Amino acid sequence: MREPGFTADGTWVGASVKRKEDPRLLTGRARFVDDIHLPRMLHAQFVRSSVAAGEITSVDLSRVRDVPGVVAAFTAADLDLGDITAVLDRPRSEFVPTAMPVLARDRVRFVGEPIAIVLAEDAYAVEDGLEAAEVTYRAGTPVLSEEQALAPGAPLVHDEAADNVLLDVSMFATEGIDDIFADAPCVVSVRATTGRQNALPLETRGVVASWDARAGQLLVQTCTQVPHVVRTVLAGCLGRPENTVRVVVPDMGGGFGIKCVVGREEIAVAAASLRVGRPVKWIEDRKDALTASFLAREQRYQARAAFDEAGRILALDADVLCDMGAYSCYPFSAGIEPLMASAEMPGVYRVPAYRVRGRAITTNKAPTAPYRGVSRPQYVMVMERLFERAARELGLGPVEIRRRNLITTFPYTGVNGITYDPGSYLESLNLAERVLTEEGWYERQRELAGQGRFLGIGYSCFNERTGYGSDAFAKRRMAVVPGFDISEIRMDTSGTVVATTGTMSHGQSHETTMAQIVADRLGLDLDHVFIQQGDTDRVAYGWGTFASRSITIGGSAVGLAAGRLGDKLLHIGAHLLRTRPDNVELSGGRVRKCDDHTRSLSYVDIAEVAYLKAHLLPKDVDPGLTATASFDGIGDGTFSNASHGVVVELHAGTGQVEILRYACVEDCGVAINPQVVEGQARGGIAQGIAGALFEQVTYDEQGEPSAASFIDYKVPTACEIPDISIHHLETPSAFTGNGAKGVGEGGTIGAPAAVLNAVNDALRPTGVELDDTPITPERVLGALEVRWTTR
Amino acid sequence: MDDAVNDKVLLSLDVNGSEHEVLVEPRRTLADVLRHDLELTGTHIACEHGVCGACTVLVDGAPVRSCLMFAAQAEGRGVRTVESLGRGDELSDLQRAFTEHHALQCGFCTPGFLMLAEGFLAARPDASRAEIREAVSSNLCRCTGYQTIVDAIEDCAARRRAAERTRSA
Repeated sequence: MREPGFTADGTWVGASVKRKEDPRLLTGRARFVDDIHLPRMLHAQFVRSSVAAGEITSVDLSRVRDVPGVVAAFTAADLDLGDITAVLDRPRSEFVPTAMPVLARDRVRFVGEPIAIVLAEDAYAVEDGLEAAEVTYRAGTPVLSEEQALAPGAPLVHDEAADNVLLDVSMFATEGIDDIFADAPCVVSVRATTGRQNALPLETRGVVASWDARAGQLLVQTCTQVPHVVRTVLAGCLGRPENTVRVVVPDMGGGFGIKCVVGREEIAVAAASLRVGRPVKWIEDRKDALTASFLAREQRYQARAAFDEAGRILALDADVLCDMGAYSCYPFSAGIEPLMASAEMPGVYRVPAYRVRGRAITTNKAPTAPYRGVSRPQYVMVMERLFERAARELGLGPVEIRRRNLITTFPYTGVNGITYDPGSYLESLNLAERVLTEEGWYERQRELAGQGRFLGIGYSCFNERTGYGSDAFAKRRMAVVPGFDISEIRMDTSGTVVATTGTMSHGQSHETTMAQIVADRLGLDLDHVFIQQGDTDRVAYGWGTFASRSITIGGSAVGLAAGRLGDKLLHIGAHLLRTRPDNVELSGGRVRKCDDHTRSLSYVDIAEVAYLKAHLLPKDVDPGLTATASFDGIGDGTFSNASHGVVVELHAGTGQVEILRYACVEDCGVAINPQVVEGQARGGIAQGIAGALFEQVTYDEQGEPSAASFIDYKVPTACEIPDISIHHLETPSAFTGNGAKGVGEGGTIGAPAAVLNAVNDALRPTGVELDDTPITPERVLGALEVRWTTR
Repeated sequence: MDDAVNDKVLLSLDVNGSEHEVLVEPRRTLADVLRHDLELTGTHIACEHGVCGACTVLVDGAPVRSCLMFAAQAEGRGVRTVESLGRGDELSDLQRAFTEHHALQCGFCTPGFLMLAEGFLAARPDASRAEIREAVSSNLCRCTGYQTIVDAIEDCAARRRAAERTRSA
């Protein structure tokens, strides 16, 4: 383990310092949303639809209101709220906006859709109240699959979306691509499906809404990754000016994307609180979190790739279809998954010709939201399968074919119009291969093959665009365009600084890593730097935490603000030291003369003047020590990259896939805190393995979800997730304040491809190749049985 | 409402060495009484069906899912929660091991893992890494991938054994 503290260069950035978040989290003193108790607070839950599709014919809450402890119950008609509608700036032929009502009005579109909100004196009475609700439906035929959604004459989930298609884009279509496929010596294809998953933060969603009479504000404490976005939508739905709404985020127990969209429950709870004039708390239970929250990842790819004899890819042609469920999430819309996949699929490879069609369909299933990696786990898996298949056809090694196709000169502008900044694609792959080779896994594989055992070795190689700026999101044609972040920094008379950020850490350690950035910029001890986040009244606007943007954008803004505060300290310091402004520098928490280091002032000395003896300030300097800065992503953002190498053994008796070895070579540029980077990579890989091998939400033919508890939704434990070695490469980013690239999602992106490739390597003797996830024991057994029956 | 009050039961609970009296409905779980009546909010709830282990506390020294236990069942027994670890601002050796090994990210599941480990190591101070991993598999964590949790518990156990040897030497 690394010693905490400075690096050898004497900086905080680059050191694995202990986290500032930990003491409160370890002692039970953190404050999560369900830990908030307010006077006269009521507890809310939702009456939810029991049918997947249909008209609501009646909602009778009269018996609910008679239940002891129940205080009120409201339907959509009672609360009369505006809808939540995500919009893309695209023609109707490409995108159809659909409204998500806060509470269902006349139609329900999935099992679990909220219909009414019930408020009671305690969390037990509100459950009693729910049981007394009577809702009748005229049930319709649910649309639950691609086949049903696209069938001629299919029932429509939203009347405005003919054919149940919410997004349909065709992009790039390199001229002559059909001829390339016709003439190519090798064409391979893959059809792959990936299971519907739940991002599954251990803390479910939750809200406490109350009226602050002194501030004249609705105070909404909610566990969201995007506090300002929630404020904007709350104000819109409630018809209030935004200044009368304040969103505060307590400690957060994970999010992984599910909390970076606006939940209708957040709005309903706030509206109900205003209506009854009392604080209201809603804590989602696990059943609702699994069935009625936001899901992700159910995709189908039909892809083919053309290669020359030497294994160089000539063209890629893909059809991507994403089942986005019943509603378009705000602000990203149902376009989030297909647009990500379509724009970025060529990834780390030099693909000269490309054509893609991306579609989002709507079905009578719980809606979807961005989940860690967003489409990249899937398209990387498909790309890696295409290369593996071509390697088999051409008699090349799976690593060798990748080497021949990886981007190695930077910057590189791809066929998709994206410019990739420097990375270590080839170096990371070579290192991953070397690790497994030197450990003797290839020999072990040969040995065990002789004993009839199935050992497989697989790789994945990928990049991840991080630090999307306003221009990059505008290219996706979002109607509200995320991208920048703002930071305000303040030093008090003790020389301690507090910097704000509009990003919202929910496990990523930003209170520590952003403090490392500030501490370096000002030459301060880490104990004298604090980061404040999650309060819309403390930052004018911010876009929150998603898409691995927090350190790249939020961290850059924090660093810039610290730099400006440093400039002010220098300016005042030069005046007080009676020297030229260019003859002073910051060092060790002091301003000193460059030509005479013995002449210096501490920050406390300067702060005293700035606040308590302002008459001593230079005439052109305002009192106080504050500064503000904003940062927006530059160009196409900055790409982190990684290669994963995995060894699996398939167990013939059970179909179990056991991971024997997992190595990750990652490059996120400058690692602000290497231990935190490793934690992000390991945790991400664990979620990728979960998707590769275990987790899936399915529905029966009535649209009832199969997994309503942890008994049915198989979350991997410490016995399924192996130890993972992390190896660091460092290609600094030119586009961020500290040379850092985003690191939050990478692990999740690379794991399914590497695991699937390893499984298929193990299956070589059977001649069977699997393309779908999760790779269940049934699928593995089925593949192994082919071998038994054919020999 | 009078009926509801009459239905309530007066319980006397020993939590972290202090006696507490609460008047609650018989159906109220130990987790809810700890969190919402005693306001010991370090114990967390994440599934309410006994799988995830976020609500793990010690009852008479053994790890227990407090969401699956009625508060009434804890009468006459000693309950320990995460708030009992460490002293004031000083972290316990187990808590220190968790922060040193980065065994927590969002921290929501952490109190459950700490109490699980506290109970497990008291019963099995010599546990191997494989045994620790199996014990850790009782609870769910979505952030870390578990490896550093196993590292932290293993390290803490080793240090306790070393300290024990020093004492007995």
